[in-house]
Amino acid sequence: MERNQQLRRQLASMRQSLFDQGHLDEQFILLEELQDDANPNFVEEVVTLHYRDSARLITTIERALEKSPLDFNKLDGYMHQFKGSSTSIGAKKVKAESTQFREYCEAGNGEGCMKTFQLLKRDYATLRRKLEAYFQQALPGA
Amino acid sequence: MKAPEKEILGTKMNHRHRPKITALVVDDNMVVRAIHHRLLQDLGIENQVAVNGKEAVDVHSSGQYFDLILMDMDMPVMNGIEATRKLRAMGIRSTIAGISSRSLEREKQEFMEAGLDDYHEKPLTADKIVSILHKISNHSG
Repeated sequence: MERNQQLRRQLASMRQSLFDQGHLDEQFILLEELQDDANPNFVEEVVTLHYRDSARLITTIERALEKSPLDFNKLDGYMHQFKGSSTSIGAKKVKAESTQFREYCEAGNGEGCMKTFQLLKRDYATLRRKLEAYFQQALPGA
Repeated sequence: MKAPEKEILGTKMNHRHRPKITALVVDDNMVVRAIHHRLLQDLGIENQVAVNGKEAVDVHSSGQYFDLILMDMDMPVMNGIEATRKLRAMGIRSTIAGISSRSLEREKQEFMEAGLDDYHEKPLTADKIVSILHKISNHSG
């Protein structure tokens, strides 16, 4: 019983730190509210869909950033898609960096795009790592 | 949305003499489609998904009808503006709500002029869906 309580507290703490550190916003809570007995893994399923979608877009953006001259319209289009997916799961930091990237695209600032993209990739990887650890912990019997 | 509000919505929207509300989610993003599908499902609304405007038009051409269409703006093949115009030209009188991440007034205006009944910025929430649904119930009396 005590072990279960300890695990529950640990899980709650992991979850709260994601909000406190600015990785997640209230959109994630909306996803949690859609989870029920009929859809017990809804949040993890949606987040997994997001990983699939966003990994593809990150690769596409990386390739586009290697081209010269940069096609800012295309870069903006890719990042618009990435931002939409990130916003949907409540990825707060990544969403902010996506917005910044798009502003650099509009300004035709290639260096700004590249620097922001590095920050975005770092925060995306951090969020992904933390969420994977959280879901692993949350699995029944974990 | 609290459980009692869902119940009231269910009673209002799904009177025993009135068929269940049906909806079509039109969005090219799989994450967004999954969330909107689940949001509608949670409100007791039967719904299907389409991945772009052309698919939305094709599904109507095949004879299907939906009380509500949630239409994204930016999609490949056929975007939401074009799809909305096409559906209205086909005589589709469903409630069409534009759901987009675009926030500029002129972008919203262009989408509304294509034939929308309502427009909401993403992310979509249960409260936003309820406000759209009230328009359906008001139209049908």
